[in-house]
Formats: sequence, structure tokens, C-alpha cells
Amino acid sequence: MACVNPDGTISAVAGKVLLAADQGADERAMAEAAGVPVYRVRASLRELVQAGLLTQADGAWAVTDAGRAAAAQAAGAG
Amino acid sequence: MDANVAQSPSLPRIGEPAPHFEAETTHGTLRLSDFEGSWLILFSHPADFTPVCTTEFIAFAEIAPELSKRNVQLLGLSIDSTYSHIAWVRTIKEKFGVDIPFPIIADLNKEVATAYGMLMPGESKTETSRAVFVIDDKGVVRAMIYYPLTTGRNMDEILRLVDALQTSDEHGVATPAGWRPGDKVIVPPPRTVEDAEARMAAGYECQDWFFCKRAL
Repeated sequence: MACVNPDGTISAVAGKVLLAADQGADERAMAEAAGVPVYRVRASLRELVQAGLLTQADGAWAVTDAGRAAAAQAAGAG
Repeated sequence: MDANVAQSPSLPRIGEPAPHFEAETTHGTLRLSDFEGSWLILFSHPADFTPVCTTEFIAFAEIAPELSKRNVQLLGLSIDSTYSHIAWVRTIKEKFGVDIPFPIIADLNKEVATAYGMLMPGESKTETSRAVFVIDDKGVVRAMIYYPLTTGRNMDEILRLVDALQTSDEHGVATPAGWRPGDKVIVPPPRTVEDAEARMAAGYECQDWFFCKRAL
């Protein structure tokens, strides 16, 4: 249940986490938005950063262009 | 120093930080720190596709909602692959109609099992015992339970243990044998003569100066 698939697409949960991060949500709000526990959000955030879909600066999350595309694709697939 | 002793990993102890881990699980790569802010029950089972473990997994899944109400997450572990875990979870769903909602660590290199002392070589060199670690929201080991391969664990006791630990934290009390939520709790023994005198007048239910109970 990794959030970034080998083909570069992301899971529906990861897509919801990205969208919530884009709206400035904190981890708890992201968990609510994605319907998963906070530990899953933390693991997803780490994976999304490693995949270059998300960055963090001064405590704020920023979704990259590739992240927006992946989130849109996940939303379409979901 | 004996070389064998020097190589033995230090095992978790109650009251000390739980050993850090990063592990592949059925819910992706997880670290102990991902659970910070929640209590965690980290438990091991001997092997996937075995009958006692199957009954335990069904039982853990059944108490998962109650644990969630107590801010407790579950995390399983065995020395099996992620693929084996996935197949077993799917079989449990297919044959017993039960969803396993929690992640399971695939500890093929025994790294987490070794760090947590889940292996009992006298019983099995290839399977983890039935260990349960209750880790609090700050990452501290609060309780440990070990059962042998032959004996399935008692979920009621695990829930009771969590209730007792959280009640102790919240109210600064201890809990007597067989305590259940709603029962009277033990007021910690006094440490000074002055405190001993004071508590006799404090309205507690005391059999003696060292043995006092109160309702919450």
C-alpha cells in the first residue's frame, strides 16, 4: 500500500493528502481528508517528498507541478 | 567481557524509549516515529497462514475500533514477506469475512524482531513469539506481554491493560488486580510519615495507611 506506485502514479490516499497539503492542512486535517490514521499521512508525506511531488520549507508544504499532475490523475482514477 | 553477551542486543525495558525502526509493511514503509502522538500496540506472531495466528488476527481486528477510541494503533510483525502478509490478509477476508485494518511489518531480516526481543530461540529460531509491546504516545515502552507459540493471546486483557495504563496516567493512581474501568483505584502509597497521617483523614477507603482506594 505504498502511496507512490512504481509507474509514478499515486494512490487515492496520497492524492487526497497532496490536495490537503496544498490547502495548508496540518497532519490531522490531512488524515481526516484522506480517511486514514495520522501515521499513514506521515509515511505518505515522506514518500511524496522522496518522489519529488511535494516539498517542505519553513514548515509549510508545497505541492510541485508533478505533484499536482499526479493528484489530478489520482482524483480522476478514484 | 563474554563475546556473546557483548553481541546481544539490549532489549526494550518498561519505562524506556522503544527502539527506533523503519520497516516495510503492508501499508508502506513505516517508522516508529510515524506513530508519535498515538499509543501503539506492536505485536508479533509466529507465521502467516497458521491457525492460532489467524484467530489472533481476527481478534485483533475485532478490538481495533475499541483501541482506536483509546487513541491506540495496531502494528503486526512476523518474519514473512509483504507478499505473504498480503495473501494471508486477503485469505482472512475471503474465508472469514474479516478485514485486517492495521499494517503488518515484513521483518525478513529480523531487524525489528531482534531489536524488540521477539525471538525466543529455545522455542523457535525462525518464528517470532507472540509478543505484545504497549508503547505510549511519547514512544515509551509501557508494558510487554509474551506468549508461547501454542497459546493465543487474550484481547480482553490487552484492552484492560491499555485502560489501566491510561487511567494511571490521567489520574496519578495505580490499579489493583483484575481492575476494570469503573472499579476503585489504588492511591499510591505515601512516602512520608506526614503523608501517611494526612491520607487517613483524606476520605479515602483505607484498610491501613499503605492501602487506600478511591473512586474516580
